[in-house]
Amino acid sequence: MSSDPTLERIAQGNGLALCAAGSWTARFAPVLEKMVADAEKLTGSRPNIFIDVSQVSKLDTFGAWLIERLRRSLTRGEHEAKISGLSANYSSLVDEVRRVKASPAIDTNSVTITGILDQVGRSVAGVGSTLVGLVDMLGAVLAASVRVMIHPSGFRLTSTVHHLEQVCWRAVPIVVLITFLIGCIISQQGIFHFRKFGADIFVVDMLGVLVLREIGVLLVAIMVAGRSGSAYTAELGSMKMREEIDALRTMGFDPIEVLILPRMLALIIALPILAFLGAIAALYGGGLVAWLYGGVDPEAFLLRLRDAISIDHFTVGIIKAPVMAAVIGIVACVEGLAVQGSAESLGQHTTSSVVKGIFFVIVMDGVFAIFFASIGM
Amino acid sequence: MAPETADAIIRVRDISVQFGATKVLDGLDLDVKRGEILGFVGPSGAGKSVLTRTIIGLVPKTSGSIEVFGIDLDAADARARRGVERRWGILFQQGALFSSLTVRQNIQFPVREYLKVSQRLLDEITVAKLGMVGLKPEVADRFPSELSGGMIKRVALARALALDPELVFLDEPTSGLDPIGAGDFDELVRTLQRTLGLTVFMVTHDLDSLYTACDRIAVLGNGKIIAAGSMADMQASQHPWLRAYFHGKRARAVMG
Repeated sequence: MSSDPTLERIAQGNGLALCAAGSWTARFAPVLEKMVADAEKLTGSRPNIFIDVSQVSKLDTFGAWLIERLRRSLTRGEHEAKISGLSANYSSLVDEVRRVKASPAIDTNSVTITGILDQVGRSVAGVGSTLVGLVDMLGAVLAASVRVMIHPSGFRLTSTVHHLEQVCWRAVPIVVLITFLIGCIISQQGIFHFRKFGADIFVVDMLGVLVLREIGVLLVAIMVAGRSGSAYTAELGSMKMREEIDALRTMGFDPIEVLILPRMLALIIALPILAFLGAIAALYGGGLVAWLYGGVDPEAFLLRLRDAISIDHFTVGIIKAPVMAAVIGIVACVEGLAVQGSAESLGQHTTSSVVKGIFFVIVMDGVFAIFFASIGM
Repeated sequence: MAPETADAIIRVRDISVQFGATKVLDGLDLDVKRGEILGFVGPSGAGKSVLTRTIIGLVPKTSGSIEVFGIDLDAADARARRGVERRWGILFQQGALFSSLTVRQNIQFPVREYLKVSQRLLDEITVAKLGMVGLKPEVADRFPSELSGGMIKRVALARALALDPELVFLDEPTSGLDPIGAGDFDELVRTLQRTLGLTVFMVTHDLDSLYTACDRIAVLGNGKIIAAGSMADMQASQHPWLRAYFHGKRARAVMG
């Protein structure tokens, strides 16, 4: 039923007939486009050109538009190219495409130096507004928690417990596994290098201090930012996209109180617990490797550990945890609420939630390091 | 039961669809003839969308056969299936526009995938399609989140029509539109059917649409087609649900 389209040129006196035949449909669009482009070169070659479409067996929008395009480019001055032999079935289609205006210019985003500079400038300027956004959210969350303290009935216990299960209980296996492995690696590397100096036993000092003060909490915070921060952003973002947050607001609920406060609270409770479990797992893993690989038996390990570390090391680590949790939570919620209508925007904000969350966690860790050093802890 | 016709573009035979223990479609037969606009009605939750989704292959069926363009979709290999998919267009209830692409990119997406044509022709066709669904070329660079509900439906229809399909499925095309917009949409579907020779399978609850746009109406109930025919047949039917539907308060307001 469908046959290859053709466009024959037949001279008629001082005129020229372009006879279109076959299927002028989307299927043959690449061929048709080429034929029409060739025929367009005939513009002005003869005073009288017309397009005969009586042999066209099938016509759709693509074909009709290409015939119309040909007609337009062959029309020059007072010589209007005509279309003849149009069957009744297709005349309305041709009329339809005749109303199409010449295609508007497309603005293509070409990469230019000024464009790149423009983008760099915008992202630098954006840092300020990011910080303002974070402080704004921090204030809103604090205000909401004060309101909840005054009216405890507004506190959403069920929701908090639900999120606690998600970010704490369900995170335990992976957190314990990863910190256990990291403990093993620290211990192995320590023994390998300290052995050269005959200082094998000091690996216990290094492991204890490193795990309790820094690595334990930092590693767990980074994992939580990746695991729960991204989930918060995606949840809040898709709620924003479907106008669920607007719906809450119109019902007289404060989204901060209903959605964000339980999430923040769950995270702030969860991170110290996870950091504690992570530190134990890392010490366990380190101890195991020290015993099996370094020949430090468990009794000697524990004895050395008791001498090497004080409660201060543990306190320093665990104090940092809730602050880091708050930072991760605030970044995640700000990003979640900033999601626009598209799926792409959701992806961008989830990415930047994790990136910014990890960045701020490390910055906070540095600030804490300076602080504890200066108070001598 | 739907009569055997040689020129059926969709031929559904004895299909059943089950979700868990609930039978949604139970031995349903349906023919859609080439070039007609079939209005598909039925109570909410009766399985209208399920049938549509079963025909287009999004919901697996437990038994029965579906032929579209004379090709049995179960027997067809991936290549034949792709060929069939190229020849139909689908307008989803919520539009289902790609949210991270502009209107222009949404309409060009299927064309770009299936045909090797120049960017110039793509852009011209986009403008033509937008014109056909009654939108100005200016909306081409907007994102779906910046469009109104009616515009989303129109853009989604333009995307469904991008490859000049022979068959379009419209899932509640006029729901959520104001009566004037809905009337325009019905008119648009009629015009497109005339100009492009489309076959339209339209799931709708809009009595105006049924009255003005549809050639034939099929009614779904208890997992089967309980009636199929012209508007006059529907009004003459004694089936209790049909009587309630076509002689209710709202129906009387439409038909005067």
